[in-house]
Amino acid sequence: MEALQVALVGVFIAVGVYLILSRALIRMLLGVVVLGNGVNLLILVAGRLTRAVPPIIPRAASAPEGYYANPLPQALILTAIVIGFALFAFFAVLALRTYQAMDADNTDHMRLGEPEQPPRLPLEY
Amino acid sequence: MIGHLTPLDDWVVVLPVLLCLLGAAALLMLRAQLKLQVWIANAVVLLVVICDAVLIQRVTATGPLSMTMGKWLPPFGISFTADLMGAGFAAAAAFATFCVLLSMQGEKHEAAARDGLYPLVLLLLAGVSGAFLTGDLFNLYVWFEVMLIASFGLFVLAGRPLQFDGAVKYGIPNFIATTLFLLALGLLYGTIGTLNMADIIGAARRADVGPLVAIAGLFALAFGMKAALFPVNAWLPASYHTPPAPLSALMGGMLTKVGVYAFVRLLVMLLPDARDVLAPAITIVAIATMLLGPLSALTETNLRRAIGFLLIGGVGVAISCVSQVQVSVLEGGTFYVVHAILTLTALYLVAGLIEQATGTFDIREMGGLYAANSWLSLLFLILILAIAGVPPFLGFWPKLVLLQGFLAEGSWPLVFALLLNGLLTLLVGARLWSLIFWRPRSAPLGRPQGAGGAILLTGTIVMLGLWPSLLVNLASGAAAGLLDPQRYIAAVGLSP
Repeated sequence: MEALQVALVGVFIAVGVYLILSRALIRMLLGVVVLGNGVNLLILVAGRLTRAVPPIIPRAASAPEGYYANPLPQALILTAIVIGFALFAFFAVLALRTYQAMDADNTDHMRLGEPEQPPRLPLEY
Repeated sequence: MIGHLTPLDDWVVVLPVLLCLLGAAALLMLRAQLKLQVWIANAVVLLVVICDAVLIQRVTATGPLSMTMGKWLPPFGISFTADLMGAGFAAAAAFATFCVLLSMQGEKHEAAARDGLYPLVLLLLAGVSGAFLTGDLFNLYVWFEVMLIASFGLFVLAGRPLQFDGAVKYGIPNFIATTLFLLALGLLYGTIGTLNMADIIGAARRADVGPLVAIAGLFALAFGMKAALFPVNAWLPASYHTPPAPLSALMGGMLTKVGVYAFVRLLVMLLPDARDVLAPAITIVAIATMLLGPLSALTETNLRRAIGFLLIGGVGVAISCVSQVQVSVLEGGTFYVVHAILTLTALYLVAGLIEQATGTFDIREMGGLYAANSWLSLLFLILILAIAGVPPFLGFWPKLVLLQGFLAEGSWPLVFALLLNGLLTLLVGARLWSLIFWRPRSAPLGRPQGAGGAILLTGTIVMLGLWPSLLVNLASGAAAGLLDPQRYIAAVGLSP
């Protein structure tokens, strides 16, 4: 099961990298999201996949009894998902506004900050 | 579970972050009161500066200070741990933010204030302070993201097309870098089973070094993208000149330095065995960065883009300390980062004043400022000399300490690269200065507004340069703490 999920993580990251290498802003964004989800799955595997009970502490005890699932990866992934979602929302709006402002989705045509033929400095003072 | 509460005195570890977050929340609620916002933001940042100063004083007196959240014992609960390096960087960043806020007063920034300029600045400082003070690797990731989202907000604040362009070029690579950081963090957790920095030190010594080298390489790539190291730094000159100058100053001064901090913390203190394997690669990257930055600045016509390239050269110098594990080299490196935070912020602020006076970004169209504004030329000259490392100024001392360390180790490539970096930076600075100030001009000049912050910051830089023993002592304490983390581990409450 772990090997299968690791292979899945590999597929996710490969797809993410492929999309990020594209020049279209929307595809890059989707790539980053797929990459982020691959990383989330990877954290889940890193916490070891087990068949065990949820880590709930009985009322009288101070630690859970017997085998229990590792709660930490889930906490980490939850945080990462929330953050990733917020950033994706921002980027989706940014992509829209960029398209409206510059009429470009292709990053090759976004050259306001770096003109294609940079001007030369004068050689004398 | 922890039975006792953290003593009230020790709360100063979390106060810089807490004050910023509470301040930002208060400012959001008071978003209609523009006049009040300025005062609250200034007061909060000043309080943060004071807290950081108290923190430095406490850490020098009694060693690292730690606080663990939520009644969980240290390796499980999230720790905030301040050592001398973190506290020093946090203080420098907070002071730089204060100066930037001072220079943002006036009518010109009212529209930006309505869009949430001040809460975003406070959130940015919260992210930066949190990154410097946290003792937990996943928490570091969270602060990186806080910093990132606040800086995105600042990037697009006025909403000009140029800024959107910059935000795209800045945003996507940095988003990918934090995802890579998360990837490396997950792998590290899978390998050694802990994310508390103090706990990682011991666990990494016991673990097999092979997988740790790969993980450390991934971390180095992620933090290198953040810090704008050579092969992955094209985003910085494409973006940092696009927002208004004070915001450029804020980000140029602090964000890349957080990347440098994480790089040093992780490779030198947490994974030292993996660092030994990666050292040759880091040396090459540092040399390439510190030479290519100023070389690119030589041909640049946009003033703030040229400063961005100088910034990249400085990051190369700061990273070069990771290639040698030796007290003197690390001392120079940490000192250099503090110098870079202050000087780069001031340089961007002064660039903003020059752009206001001449009404252009283009160096070719500037000129004649010396006659009209000789104090501005003096500020710029001081900062250029400071960043190049000319003796009585601040940049000279860290470079001297670094050079001594490299000479003692006999690493000649680094010695030559460091000296060449100084020479190239000086060439760039002299060229900029003569083009901007020392040419005739017929068009009328404007009067720049809000020079107070730049003057205060430059004054501080001059004072610190004339009295370097303060920062040298702090840096040597920070370097010793990095190389011998026993006190750091003990402060968190773990046994090494």
